[in-house]
Amino acid sequence: MDFWTRFKKNKLALGGSFIVVLFFVVSIFAPLLSPHDPGEINLQNVLAPPSADNPLGTDELGRDVLSRMVWGSRISLKVGFASTGIAILIGIVLGAVAGYYGGWVDSFIMRAVDIMLCFPTFFLILAVIAFLEPSIWNIMAIIGLTGWMGITRLVRADFISLKEREFVQAARAIGAGDMRIIFIHILPNAMASILVAATFGIAGAILTESALSFLGIGVQPPTPSWGNILTAGKDNIDIAWWLSFFPGLAILLTVLGYNLLGEGIRDSLDPRLRG
Amino acid sequence: MLNYILRRLIFMVPLLIGITIICFAVIHLAPGSPTDLQTQMNPRASAEVKERLRALYELDKPLHEQYLSWLKKIVVLDLGNSFSPDGRPVADKILERIPITITINALSLGLIIAVALPVGVASAVRRNSLFDKITTVLVFVGFAMPTFWLALLLMILFGIHLGWLPISGIRSLNYEYLPPFSAFADLVKHLILPVFLSAFGGIAGFSRYIRSNMLEVIRQDYITTARAKGLSERTVIYKHALRNALLPVITILGLSVPGLIGGSVIFETIFAIPGMGQLFYMSVMSRDYPVIMGILVIGAVLTLVANLLADVCYALADPRIRVQ
Repeated sequence: MDFWTRFKKNKLALGGSFIVVLFFVVSIFAPLLSPHDPGEINLQNVLAPPSADNPLGTDELGRDVLSRMVWGSRISLKVGFASTGIAILIGIVLGAVAGYYGGWVDSFIMRAVDIMLCFPTFFLILAVIAFLEPSIWNIMAIIGLTGWMGITRLVRADFISLKEREFVQAARAIGAGDMRIIFIHILPNAMASILVAATFGIAGAILTESALSFLGIGVQPPTPSWGNILTAGKDNIDIAWWLSFFPGLAILLTVLGYNLLGEGIRDSLDPRLRG
Repeated sequence: MLNYILRRLIFMVPLLIGITIICFAVIHLAPGSPTDLQTQMNPRASAEVKERLRALYELDKPLHEQYLSWLKKIVVLDLGNSFSPDGRPVADKILERIPITITINALSLGLIIAVALPVGVASAVRRNSLFDKITTVLVFVGFAMPTFWLALLLMILFGIHLGWLPISGIRSLNYEYLPPFSAFADLVKHLILPVFLSAFGGIAGFSRYIRSNMLEVIRQDYITTARAKGLSERTVIYKHALRNALLPVITILGLSVPGLIGGSVIFETIFAIPGMGQLFYMSVMSRDYPVIMGILVIGAVLTLVANLLADVCYALADPRIRVQ
């Protein structure tokens, strides 16, 4: 059976893909889908419970929660993809170099990985973010720069086993250089596991961004993000449950979607890996 | 065995140096100076005063000198004084807050093991049963759960609607007047939600991990042998299989320590618990360099120690490791 046949049979993976696509559509068509302007303040209608006009209620400034969540989905996706992209680029380069060349380069890179893994990642992110302006760009960069270690190990392991294979020897025999062998010949064979790690990475980055924004050091108001709507939810926890409930549910569903998708891709690529 | 521990300790030295360099670089290369925060709002602070402040905090020296003088002090646990108005030694500020953070993390590690172990074993033994399917779904939800959101929901439910549990601090206001037993009960009530929440993600991860380890072990030849020689299923699972499935779990427990410590920032901030995480959050907000560096270093060192302990436990449990 090939990849797609197995993937289509995997109900959890299909569910995950559905959620992922759904949130993509929502964020692409945010201007069309949001019933109100997400920044429109209405002090006559503060902390209103869900109603026909505001399906998910309003926040402490009378802004429509549904509209803010629809626009907030863009933030989550941007941060998820950009930071995972950074982490993967670093991970591929370092992992490929370490695995392919071995020797002291390998030990040096692996010690760097060990050192980074000693840090409670969230501490490191918080410290750096607090010193920079807490903008969406800095958050993407920091989450990416603190999340490359797993992928480095993964790529290194793949490279160590792949570099001894016949096709690599054949490429070397016809005179291919190191760069060509690494990127054209070996890397495509390691892409499957990288793709799976990337899917989980996006889920993790979305969770981290929402936690940062929740603590007030992520995406700054008035830009809506799921995390900073939850901050308002915490401040009004005893009177406005809808402010806490819906944004968190959106985070949960999105992260769940990416995790299920990653799990589905892994199982379909190699059923033997199935947990 | 002693030899093994010694080797692990030597292995830790370059890691420790790397950790301190990263802490130092991260915080000092970031734009913005702590003296800005103290002087920007004050129109009377002249350029000369700013210079004096910089000299006081040794911010005027080259980076490598600052690093070396900081490193010399850190060896004797002198982490400098806090930039905050109280100006207390950083080591004191951190040390007085470590016990509560470690208590909560140790309790949640205990809870993780107590729940995840039986659940993981049961779903592996009864693979594809209804129980296994339900736990699989719960595990996926657990992985995806933003725990700070779950914290809010549980606060709304147990703290506000039902009024069963307190949602802030670790002690009630009348704590000092309570008899010893009620005082203890009061502390326990305050800790239930934070401990449960910080264990939540770990429970999902571990039960999944134990499940897949058990599935792997059950397939081995020695399990078939144990069954073939007529041992009861109970002995096979709990004595032969579980022991081997548990070995890698020791390492994973060690690796989960940084995650738990990092998570304490979120829980301690949400529940207003006066631990290391809350101190870190407050220091980050006020750019208190010495405290931030101190906590980063201590957090990383705690992780190193936890990993060392895990490695030693692994070597104790599995003789094959010691020989290598």
